[in-house]
This record gives sequence, structure tokens and C-alpha cells, in this order.
Amino acid sequence: MSANGSLDVARIRRDFPILQREVHDGVPLVYLDNAATSQKPVQVIADITRYYRDSNANIHRGVHALSQEATEMYEGARGKVASFINAPSEREVIFTKNTSESLNLVAHAWGRAHLREGDEVVLSEIEHHSNIVPWQLLRDERGIVLKFIPMLPDGTLDLDEAKRLIGPRTRLLSVTQMSNALGTIVPVKELAELAHEQGALVLVDGAQSVPHMAVDVQDLGIDFLAFSAHKMLGPTGVGVLWGRMEVLEEMQPFLGGGEMILTVTLEESTWNEVPARFEAGTPNIAGVFAFGTAINYLTQLGMDRVREHEIELLDYALGRIGDLPGITIFGPPDLSKRGGVLSFDLEGVHPHDVGQVLDSRGVAVRTGHHCAQPVMAKLDVPATARASFYIYNTRDEVDALAEAIAEATRFFGNGSV
Amino acid sequence: MTSPTPGPDIALDDLYRDILLDHYRSPRNRGRLEGRATNAADGANPLCGDELTVEVTVEDGTITEIAIDGRGCSISQASASMMSVFVRERGTAEALEAVETFQRMMLKGETPPEEFGDIEALAGVMKFPVRVKCASLGWKTLEQALGDGGSVSTDERSTGDD
Repeated sequence: MSANGSLDVARIRRDFPILQREVHDGVPLVYLDNAATSQKPVQVIADITRYYRDSNANIHRGVHALSQEATEMYEGARGKVASFINAPSEREVIFTKNTSESLNLVAHAWGRAHLREGDEVVLSEIEHHSNIVPWQLLRDERGIVLKFIPMLPDGTLDLDEAKRLIGPRTRLLSVTQMSNALGTIVPVKELAELAHEQGALVLVDGAQSVPHMAVDVQDLGIDFLAFSAHKMLGPTGVGVLWGRMEVLEEMQPFLGGGEMILTVTLEESTWNEVPARFEAGTPNIAGVFAFGTAINYLTQLGMDRVREHEIELLDYALGRIGDLPGITIFGPPDLSKRGGVLSFDLEGVHPHDVGQVLDSRGVAVRTGHHCAQPVMAKLDVPATARASFYIYNTRDEVDALAEAIAEATRFFGNGSV
Repeated sequence: MTSPTPGPDIALDDLYRDILLDHYRSPRNRGRLEGRATNAADGANPLCGDELTVEVTVEDGTITEIAIDGRGCSISQASASMMSVFVRERGTAEALEAVETFQRMMLKGETPPEEFGDIEALAGVMKFPVRVKCASLGWKTLEQALGDGGSVSTDERSTGDD
């Protein structure tokens, strides 16, 4: 079903029971909201059940058999994550509850220890709110200075301006590798070199990139990478922060509690080793275990083929939808600089109404500001409609999207707004 | 409104009734009062990007003029247009009561009074819970204008999850 057979999509779809269901009495589901969250294959769903049914116990503290088994299931996923992003050591992988928590962890545990008044943190205008707000909070507390790499009209970043903004006072560059609102792929490796020349560290928000393309932390030369399991076939409630060991070792804890300590007296405590230092309390054991299964699934497909499949679909979609009357598609036209995200405006029809008409035909897209209000402001739109693709999407589904958009134009035609 | 493919669109026609699309395409009392307003408020639905300004002129307890400005989805703009037609030439107490009645229609499915006329067409919005705040925006903004003025938001949450 895929254009050039980069993935066996028909076979993949059989692993996702939800894709067989109907919505609104007999309308088949066309799920194109993958940038919000992906669907889950039966293998992942089965392993969540398997953990609770056969192996449930708390980890890292029992001598009994179940506790050891659960610990191995949880820790096994750490190694899979490390291999997936080519981390030098699995001890550099910290499990959190989502990308937002991972970004906040850096802001608290690294930022509070290292940033002083006047220090600069460089972000970009295309960041998700979760890579803006933690730094604004720290700015208000510490008097740090935030700078933003501007977005050009095509949705890419102004790299000349980036060279000017990243300077001797820059302590951290924190940027997305793929915009959730536009799909823009950011040249993180190039920016990381600029930052390191100035002695700054580099944090990458990989929430959209890690699920959709091969990401190699050593090749990129970055210091931190944050991403979420639920956008890459895994369960909700599991996130990752990867960090270079020498940076992590200098960091103070984020949350205090069980697991993250070595010793506690009523006066003081000493911190556990990395990564346990950053994993206070009982984690989402079943979720982390099943995330390992999701990573196996993607690894077997091959991330290069995943990316190739999405480029093929995006290429087809741009051709199929780009010429519809009244449509404006945002983001880079160059497919090598763009993930499988198609954010658009339909003249005379508010995105919310577009989403409603699409939904009536079973087509699930996201409408709104996508937690990227600065991007919306720059494009001068209140919101957009966004279709986003993944491994199980087909050309037929792109056709359904195109027909539903045309229907929205007919339905609201002659609109005066 | 006819659709080329009946079936899937039946639910859509429940939401987008003809009279509603008419108010969306030809909004009534559109614009600004250019200094004649005695009361005004801004309303916003941050999650969707709906924005409205409601200006009214109140003379001896009666709304003699009303103007709606802004941009947003069809439901928010059409509902505000219908509201403006209803409250014009009515007393402020009566207008505020209509806001309450409208909210009960939206949130509790209460049958609207006969005098609501075309506004009844918005009753179908109740079946689409995420759109209720769109329909309510104009009415809540009017309430704010007749009260303390300033601005009102129908959705206090500021983020989604992606």
C-alpha cells in the first residue's frame, strides 16, 4: 500500500486493531493526528497486560522473584532506549513521565545549579510551549536572559541570526529537532557546533523527531535529548531524558523521595547514582516495559524506512492537497527539511470548522494552536488544521483527507469571513 | 444546506443548521460603535483562537445599539450574531436573563423559550461538547460587558498535549 514499498503498510495495519474501527455509525477511522499521539500495536498492548498479569511487583527493592523479574523488565527497556538513540551508556537514560517533565528536569536540576543572572538561554520561535515556559519560570526566578532564533516565513529557522544570537554569554541552547506545528526539521547538529564553540550545552526536544527519524545523540553532538513514548507506539505516561554522563553527574536531584537517595537521616540525605538520582518514587513500570516493546517494533521496521515512508506520503499529500481551492499549506516545501506534518489554512473556513467536517467523515486531525502560539502569531493565523502521518497511514487515507477538505470548502462556501 | 454525500454528514447538519450558516456568512450588527458604546468587553476562546469584542450602548436601562467584532469559527461568530439580534432594544436585566437561559440550553439541554426563535438552531451544538464554549462566547462576553467590562475567557486551560 505504501508508494514504493518502503514499509509493508498492509501488514503493519493488522497490528493496530483501533485502525479497523468505525466512528460515527459506519464511518471508517482515518487517523491523522499522530503528532499528538500515535496508536499502539497489539504487541505493546499485550505487554502492558502481561506485566500486570504475570510479573507485577515493585522494582529495585525486593529480594523476591517477582521483584527481580519486574526490575529486569523495567531495566531492559533502558538498554533498548539507549541503543535506539545510540547513547554511549544505558545509565544515561532517565525515565520521566513525558517530554515536558524531561525539559523541566533540565531546567530545575541543571538550570538552577548552573545559571545565574545575565546568563543566556537560546531557544527558537518554533518551540512547543513546554520548551518555552520552563525557561520563562527560571528567568523570573534567576534573572536569566532568553533569546529566540527567529522563524523565517517558510517555517525554517534563520540560521544567520542564530550565529549572532549564540554568543559568549550563552550557557544553553534548547531547541526542537522537529516542529510539532509545522513539521520543520531543525539542523540540530549545525546549531550544536555553534553552541559548543561558545561553551554552551545543547538540549534537544525530540518529541516529534525521535518517533519519525533515526536520531543518533553522538552524531548530533548534543548534551541532552528529551522525548515521549506515547508518540512512538508506546504508552502514555513515559518519557525519556538522555544526558551525557559527565553533565548528569554534576546535577542535583529534581524530585526528592524513594529510590533517588543512598542514605537519609533526619538532617540530610546523600544522592543515589545516575540515573536513579532522577527517578524518585515508583515509576510507570508497565509503561516503561511496554515502551521497550514499542522500540523493538520500530527497530524491526528500521527508522530510515519509517522516514522514507513518511516522505513518500507527504510528497503525495502535498500534490493531492496543495492545489485544492483556498488552501494555504505552512512549513518548508523542501521535503528533506520537513517531517510528516501538514499544517494548513482553508480560506473562509475556521480550522475548528474544518476539523468538524473532517471528523464527520472519520478523518481525525488536530485543530488549534498546537501549543505553539508564537508560531501562530508569526503566521498571523489564530490556529491551523494539522494532519500528521505515521507508519500505518496510506495514500487512500490522504485521498480521504483531500476529499474531506474539499467538502469543507463546499459546506462553508461563500463564507464572508 | 444539502450535502452531496448523505449519511456521514447527517450529524454535521445537526450542528451547522442553515440559519446558523446564514448568520456566519452575513453577520448582523457587525463592527464597532465608534465611541458611542457605554459598555464593552473582549472575549476569547484561547484554545481555538476565537476572539470577539462586544460593544453596547445602554440608555435608560435598554440596549439601544450593539456591535460585534472579531474572528473565529462559524459557531462562535453566528451565535454572537444571533445574540446581538435578540438583545437589541431589550432591557439589560432581560438580556442578562437571556444569557442564563442560553447557558442552560447549552449545558443542560433545556428547551429554549419560544421568543428565542432562530437561536433554537444552536441547540444542536450541545451534542458536540467541545463546541459549547464556541457557542457561549458571544453571550458570556455580553454578560461581561454589562457587568465589569474588561475581558473574559471561556477556557482557562492554556495548553493541550502535543
